[in-house]
Amino acid sequence: MNDVAVLGAGMHRWGKWGRSFVEYGTAAARAALADAGIDWQDVRSVVGADTVRGGYPGHVAGATFARALGWQGARVTSVYAACASGAQAIDSARAQILAGMAEVVLVVGADSAPKGFFAPAGGDRPDDPDWLRFRLLGATNPAYFALYARRRMALHGDTLDDFARVKVKNAAAGALNPYARYRTAVSAGQVASSAVVADPLRLLDICATSDGGAALVLSSMEYARRHGAGDPVRIRAVSTVTPTYPRTVLDLPDIATDSAAAVEPPAPGFRESIARAAYEEAALGPEDLSLAEVYDLSTALELEWYEDLGLCGTGDGAALLREGATALGGRIPVNASGGLASFGEAVPAQAIAQVCELTWQLRGTAGERQVAGARAGITTNQGLFGHGSAVVAVR
Amino acid sequence: MVAGWFTEGGDDREFRLLGTRCGACSAVFFPREDSFCRNPACAGGELTEVPLSKRGRVWSYTAGRYRPPAPYVSDPEAEWEPYTLVAVELEAERMVVLGQAVTGVAVADLSVGAEVEVVAGILSEDADTEWTTWYWRPVEEAR
Ligand SMILES: [Zn+2]
Repeated sequence: MNDVAVLGAGMHRWGKWGRSFVEYGTAAARAALADAGIDWQDVRSVVGADTVRGGYPGHVAGATFARALGWQGARVTSVYAACASGAQAIDSARAQILAGMAEVVLVVGADSAPKGFFAPAGGDRPDDPDWLRFRLLGATNPAYFALYARRRMALHGDTLDDFARVKVKNAAAGALNPYARYRTAVSAGQVASSAVVADPLRLLDICATSDGGAALVLSSMEYARRHGAGDPVRIRAVSTVTPTYPRTVLDLPDIATDSAAAVEPPAPGFRESIARAAYEEAALGPEDLSLAEVYDLSTALELEWYEDLGLCGTGDGAALLREGATALGGRIPVNASGGLASFGEAVPAQAIAQVCELTWQLRGTAGERQVAGARAGITTNQGLFGHGSAVVAVR
Repeated sequence: MVAGWFTEGGDDREFRLLGTRCGACSAVFFPREDSFCRNPACAGGELTEVPLSKRGRVWSYTAGRYRPPAPYVSDPEAEWEPYTLVAVELEAERMVVLGQAVTGVAVADLSVGAEVEVVAGILSEDADTEWTTWYWRPVEEAR
């Protein structure tokens, strides 16, 4: 079995704190180390999820956190995969552990995000698809979320009320999470009266940008046993797949899809293939899950993940939501943490934060938002430019 | 700025987006791919320029209610006019191409599956240059 143990999980509360990402990441790292009961000087490898500014990782994360915690000679790795950076950091740490290169690894991601729309780095760069979509079309991230939302309405009959219901659900969960940025309940009326950002999505349908940090201490199962953790939460699978040609769903940051004129599109689309790879590696399926943490960049996108994860059939996401299955107390709670709706985006931290939530839920220490008897959970996420990510953790 | 993405000159009836097609596997690329065929099963063929279908059907659409950040060009002094974005499915190419709708077309004028056609328009202008681009325009039934 290719399990690695989660010995420690830690976060810095998310919000707009106006400080350097180094502070958030270091605070999260210290919390994860304390949770694991491990001294920083005993960690022989650190993996950082990069924070990118101006298209250049000016602060290469692994070394930045290693320096802040105090240089002690550990192996260092830094990874960048946009929103999937955190999952790739976990994957790198896991690979080192499974290869016997390291016994215990610290994984850290943190960001202090600029206000407003994410925008590409400066300069004229017509060979960069991210630059092109802004320059030629003014196609912001919410514009893409809106295209998916509008298409769901046309194909599956989703309504604005359904989208609002996702926000109401996630805000209710986030209100119970001390690490969440937003900790107040939201009503459907509040969603409906918030400003339209990208028709049909409103401000409260779309996740904010945030500051935040998250960290994990991962180890080999053997190290965990020696350390006195006989039955730790285990990471059983990490999916970091790319799409399969031709990718036929318009995706950030592209302004066109691949053509399916020469090659039939693959049966499972990209988002669906992300979960499939994780299920296959973990040798379990959606029916085995106790909970899921999904990447709710928009309310409508959360419904799409239900279907891509196989929690319900295609087009049945809104029905699953309406029956209460995905709320706390439901059959398969989704975003028990409150999701990005309650946290906002702190890009290199969020995939790590999702695994922190699984860890607490599987330990049974998630407090008021605890999913009763949680035994298995999945996270799923997608990074710009074709980075898929999903993590399966079990107890 | 993006040389060779669409035909230059001529009138709206002849205006086309330009892609490339692989001589070995007939995969089509837009924006044009001139270096290598991206079909993983293809050993690679010669990439030649092809005009894309003039008409397609709406895959989805949205309207941006807030001014996008740079590098989108807009006058910060002027009142922000929401613009409509349309993702259009081209039947022959079996691909979706995103573009702005022509000025004056709102989300209420569109529906998934409706027919649209590509036309030329002005993206922005400065003292020296008029930057042209493509727009999607609903096809009127009666024509
Ligand atoms: Zn080819």
